[in-house]
Amino acid sequence: MSFDVDVTLRRGERTIACRFTAPAGITALVGPSGVGKSSVLEAVAGLLRPEAGRIAVGTAVLFDSAGGVNLPPEQRACGMVFQDLRLFPHMRVRDNLLYGQRLASPERRFLTLDEAAAFLDIAPLLGRRPRTLSGGEAQRVAIGRALLSGPRFLLMDEPLTALDDARREAIIAVIERIRAELALPILLVSHDRADVARLADQVVEMKAVPDQDGSASQSRRFRVTQVTPV
Amino acid sequence: MSMTAEEWSIVMLSLQVSLAAIGGALPLAFALAWVLARLSFPGKILLDGLVHLPLVLPPVVIGWLLLIAFAPDGPGGRVLALFGASVLFRWTGAAIAAAVMALPLMVRAIRLSLEAVDPRLEAAARTLGAGRWRTFATITLPLAAPGVLAGAVLGFARSLGEFGATITFVSNIPEETRTLPLAIYAALQLPGGDSAVWRLAALAVALSLAALVASEALTRASGNGRGSHVL
Repeated sequence: MSFDVDVTLRRGERTIACRFTAPAGITALVGPSGVGKSSVLEAVAGLLRPEAGRIAVGTAVLFDSAGGVNLPPEQRACGMVFQDLRLFPHMRVRDNLLYGQRLASPERRFLTLDEAAAFLDIAPLLGRRPRTLSGGEAQRVAIGRALLSGPRFLLMDEPLTALDDARREAIIAVIERIRAELALPILLVSHDRADVARLADQVVEMKAVPDQDGSASQSRRFRVTQVTPV
Repeated sequence: MSMTAEEWSIVMLSLQVSLAAIGGALPLAFALAWVLARLSFPGKILLDGLVHLPLVLPPVVIGWLLLIAFAPDGPGGRVLALFGASVLFRWTGAAIAAAVMALPLMVRAIRLSLEAVDPRLEAAARTLGAGRWRTFATITLPLAAPGVLAGAVLGFARSLGEFGATITFVSNIPEETRTLPLAIYAALQLPGGDSAVWRLAALAVALSLAALVASEALTRASGNGRGSHVL
């Protein structure tokens, strides 16, 4: 299963062009802040519609402007872990975790609530409200919610920021176990070179480049990105 | 102070009119609030203005417009005539007047609560497999619920106090359209009606206060822990 992305995105004045093919495992999307890493993730999740291009994961075409394909987010089976987590404040941790699982068809489920709670060490938190969780706890609940929705791949936006060192190690261990035990392809956005070097099987570097017509600095356009395998 | 049978029936009629008004207006208010909060289209400011008109127009103008609309040869009156119905000088007409006057307050409260729902949470629900309607039902609506409730109670309290549009539209008929404010007005016209006015005014204060306190209690009990308040 591989990520096959070739899209042009427009965000306000900026154009983000991004093309890469990445095999299974963990693919890190790196680059300076504001270059459009999160936008690419949102496009893969179906939350941002590209101007043009194609997005496929494995054999499933998620978006293809030429073929008129644009699956809505709920049909993409992606497990998205947002940078701001986005746990549902009106539900307890248990219902947050079960939200996606209840909607997933049985054959797509590969974890039960108990297995996920043990895997992520969050069993004691099930009755709590999201606002009472620490940063590391909330991060693990967000990962659990994504995993329980029966995703075919994971999208993680800066999963290691805002965590102290001990929590960071715990989340890194979780991501490594997801790769080893669940064999889910992961597209991960990070700005931390050390984390990327440790986790990623391949790296996609996004760069800001001047506009083709030369009006470089004003028109903040970004162009192609290249794949740099590690 | 015990209530006379007549006062009791006035209170019951007021509650009946207000409940019918809110029951009818709430879905419309919610739809309008959603459109104003989430969509942008040409003419939106005009719709916004129209919704708010009852807040600033003299109520007697609203009552007069309703009278024209629901007269036998008016647009509303003709539609109702197809079903052999009329709201003129009926309690249902009083409910319509109360609903129109309460609508802007309800739309405002609901719109604020819808605007406070974080669209990023809705996006998260979509990635977890929820379609638009399920996202609306499980994320948007529950998070907006305290505001919807507040809007309903505010509209209810406003309906209880509705006077000008009602008396213009459906007159002041005992047992039919004489709600609490109209009964107070009628008592004021009678020599020696002072004690009746006192008692009816006290009832109005009690009912309105009870509605506001009930809504605050309900909002707290909903326990979203987001510090939402009606009062």
